[in-house]
Amino acid sequence: MRRFFDVVGRDLRLALRQGGDATVAVMFFVVTVVLFPFGIGPEPNILARIAPGVIWVAALLACLLSLERLFLTDYEDGSLELLALSSLPLEAVVLAKALAHWLVTGLPLIAAAPLLAVLLNMPAGGFGVLVLTLLVGTPSLSLIGAIGAALTLGARRGGVLISLLILPLYIPVLIFGAGAIDAALTGLTPRPHLLILGGLLAATLPLAPWASAAALRQAME
Amino acid sequence: MHRFANPTRFLRIAAAILPWSAAATVVLLAAGLYLSLFGSPPDYQQGETVRIMYIHVPAAWMALFVYTNMAVAAAVGLVWKHPLADLFAKAAAPIGAGFTALCLVTGSLWGAPMWGTWWVWDARLTSVLILFFLYLGYMTLVNAFDDPNRGTSAGNILLLVGAVNVPVIKFSVDWWNTLHQPASVSRMGTPAIDSSMLVPLLVMAVAFTSYFVTVVLLRLRAEILARKIQTIRLASAHD
Repeated sequence: MRRFFDVVGRDLRLALRQGGDATVAVMFFVVTVVLFPFGIGPEPNILARIAPGVIWVAALLACLLSLERLFLTDYEDGSLELLALSSLPLEAVVLAKALAHWLVTGLPLIAAAPLLAVLLNMPAGGFGVLVLTLLVGTPSLSLIGAIGAALTLGARRGGVLISLLILPLYIPVLIFGAGAIDAALTGLTPRPHLLILGGLLAATLPLAPWASAAALRQAME
Repeated sequence: MHRFANPTRFLRIAAAILPWSAAATVVLLAAGLYLSLFGSPPDYQQGETVRIMYIHVPAAWMALFVYTNMAVAAAVGLVWKHPLADLFAKAAAPIGAGFTALCLVTGSLWGAPMWGTWWVWDARLTSVLILFFLYLGYMTLVNAFDDPNRGTSAGNILLLVGAVNVPVIKFSVDWWNTLHQPASVSRMGTPAIDSSMLVPLLVMAVAFTSYFVTVVLLRLRAEILARKIQTIRLASAHD
């Protein structure tokens, strides 16, 4: 367990000392959402109607930004092979790196989301559910993204390829994330959507590290 | 299964099957098209548009069938390092993507007069669209590496991850109340479709399957030969 948190701490220190990753993701998130009023027009009712979907789609795209480098830097300088040889199972290494990715990209997005909801004129009743869906949903995004990052290790144009592979797999999270907020805004209970989001997380939590570890082993053969 | 891992033996078997499957494709496709375009009655509600179904339904079946085959081959390739299983998945992918595209296009053509819209974001349609993206993603991933073996093994893992979509497509019409009608042929007991329409449908389905067998064998043969040529080239470059 201590080794697990050592890997998490190492990735966090790397992310913080290199700087950039977390701020870039949040900036991208904010700018993408702010584009919509320009494209669609500043009509408050329309913006309020599309706010949950727009915020969720922007969050998905922001999550993708730093995924390419999840394993790439370690793969290139050889530390990934050292991590694979360590006594910690490769699956746990993947889980630790996905956790670090979520702490660096996912958490800041959640903090910025209510501000964007205000900008898009979303009714205040949806704020709590918005934060809750992102809290349950974004860890799944980091975990599924780890599969894409592991599969494209060493590929040509890896970054674009990740989006192509991973975005279709993100669709269920998007549907139920935005659906929960829509339900809350129309006066229905968001509970079933949130339960499915939780179920998706419960499924990806064991399966995604397993698949990514298999892909990493292929990459290091 | 490991008997067929030998490429030479496989090529011999493929050469024996190919003329038969090619002939079956031509005969069945001609018979199926005749039956579905001329030999079957128009539907009492849909009129002549029902004939689109004789292409659409088998194409949809094939889209799922090919993906399932590829996922099984991917598992075999990963577990037993079966060389032909890897190549099979690679060879089958463009055919499966073609059937999925055919299914989406014919469905859209049928939807325009019947539902009054080319496209709805219905569970069945959306999940088939995701299947199409999975095919495209797999094909891009396999070709994205300099080492072809690395490409196929990365693709195998993606195929297994994407296999979660297959039951979602199959049961989407049962789980969600959608615009797309539920299954009418594969019901237990008597199918909810008259034999004058069921026969052309089944003939087309068998024709599509034998087309798949023919083309996948041709592509596998080409793939094996391409690997051989590459190995010879690399070997002669080392001298």
